[in-house]
Amino acid sequence: MAALRVLVGVKRVIDFAVKVRVLPGGQGVQTEGVKHSMNPFCEIALEEAVRLRERGGAAEVIAAAVGTSKCQETLRTALAMGADRAVLAEVAAGAEVGPREVAAVLAALARKHSADLVLLGKQAIDDDCNQTGQMVAALLDWPQGTFASQLELEAGGGAVRVQREVDGGLETLRLRLPAVVTADLRLNEPRYATLPNIMKAKKKPLEVVAASELGGAPNPRLKILGVAEPPGRQAGVRVEDVPALVAQLRQSGCV
Amino acid sequence: MLRVAAAARGVRRAASLLHRFQSTLVIAEHNNETLTPITLNAVTAAKQLGGEVSCLVAGTSCDKVAQEVSKVPGVAKVLVAQHDAYKGFLAEELTPLVLETQKQFKYTHICAGASAFGKNLIPRVAAKLDVAPVSDIIEIKSPNTFVRTIYAGNVLCTVQCDEAIKVFSVRGTSFEAAPTSGGSASVEKVTPPPPVGVSEWIEQKLSKSDRPELTSARVVVSGGRGLKSGENFKLLYDLADQLNAAVGASRAAVDAGFVPNDMQVGQTGKIVAPELYIAVGISGAIQHLAGMKDSKTIVAINKDPEAPIFQVADYGLVADLFQAVPEMTELLKKK
Repeated sequence: MAALRVLVGVKRVIDFAVKVRVLPGGQGVQTEGVKHSMNPFCEIALEEAVRLRERGGAAEVIAAAVGTSKCQETLRTALAMGADRAVLAEVAAGAEVGPREVAAVLAALARKHSADLVLLGKQAIDDDCNQTGQMVAALLDWPQGTFASQLELEAGGGAVRVQREVDGGLETLRLRLPAVVTADLRLNEPRYATLPNIMKAKKKPLEVVAASELGGAPNPRLKILGVAEPPGRQAGVRVEDVPALVAQLRQSGCV
Repeated sequence: MLRVAAAARGVRRAASLLHRFQSTLVIAEHNNETLTPITLNAVTAAKQLGGEVSCLVAGTSCDKVAQEVSKVPGVAKVLVAQHDAYKGFLAEELTPLVLETQKQFKYTHICAGASAFGKNLIPRVAAKLDVAPVSDIIEIKSPNTFVRTIYAGNVLCTVQCDEAIKVFSVRGTSFEAAPTSGGSASVEKVTPPPPVGVSEWIEQKLSKSDRPELTSARVVVSGGRGLKSGENFKLLYDLADQLNAAVGASRAAVDAGFVPNDMQVGQTGKIVAPELYIAVGISGAIQHLAGMKDSKTIVAINKDPEAPIFQVADYGLVADLFQAVPEMTELLKKK
């Protein structure tokens, strides 16, 4: 079986446990001085790539990020988790990059590094878009296995079987390689980077290129006009016991 | 004064002119037997854009669904593409069909419901059209301005889309379902482009249930880690039966293997907005709230008085669920 070269897209986002705040004026959310980490779905995608290599299915795992120089930290984490090398497609601080621009860069990197499989998370927990993987697949004209909860390389190496999480349950697809797969939460449980691996990761190669050279020019056709806090909910009441609860629900016409 | 009125008339005329040239394609989701309800919510969103609404029905067997869609008021035209290549509704096969349809009819807007189907297909179509798509919109402010949520529903984001073709997915719970009778759309066949053949649908395992479908149920009863086991979920099924409710779950309950993951409510699961949401043994993490905080009435039953779920609950009961839930079921039986 020919071993694959896997490209994994990772994104630096505000940590999932942080309560985000909208900036006064509504031009964005507060990102300065806020804890950032690797998007949880990206961790899962990376873990799957590393497991593929450990099983002998992948020859090399390349982690890639599109963003400011701060993303180097995210890529070091990826290297510590087991990626072999990393590429940062750098953009200037403050530049608006969305899934369309990221997809263009990742598609270019997939071609440049002759990837057979592109693994991504199913969505980033900041913009909640759930678009990049599908768009990379479209740009490359490769098949896509989105929301994957299981990924198997077929004997012979020419295809993957992907079990997907869909609305009514699960479905299984067979995708001819090269392909794009996006990870759902259930795909695996990502490992922690150990201290020795964090030290080793510092020596692994991390290449920095300009995103603009790879087709990641910002798209002025999608503008964020403003952000706002959603309307808050009215404070509720505590009820004493179950009869009181049922009485309240009956009174308000809920049941 | 007069000039202002004239200017306003001018703007109105320009706007109506714009509307006249607006046309929207809604990609229908179905299972070759019936239309998936979220399509009806997407049609309502499409109608708000003001132009003509067409619906594309693609599948291996489309006649019944096409008939169903043609009766939806507001749909002017139903386009039908039937081919064996559409088995499993693969994005690789459907995308060229949507592009072909777009080439022929030149829509200004293309949309679908933000379900697993829509989320899988819409961005692929957008990339092929070289436009940036907009995901999971909750409001249409104008034909090019949409509102969507980011950061797990904690922030509302208003986006202006100046793409020549606006490609977006619609949050079903944010738009009413269009009625299913009274319409009389024309039905037209579309010639499917040749199959692509890079992917293949193998099988599906759907969770069977007699209860209403989670995303469209009027009442939802959800359980979390506090249920302690899959067997204990029976308590919730009994309660749900009294309320004709769907049963949901938190990620903790799914990860612990109590219930299958298609029952998960939250940022990464399903988004629900029922009349009544009863959260049982769920702490109320940000990611769970993202999936249910637009519910009309929220009830929390939890033994931890500090649980964050109580901050969004209209009615909170601090109690042991193993006593409270059976008691509630019994009380509801009495009427």
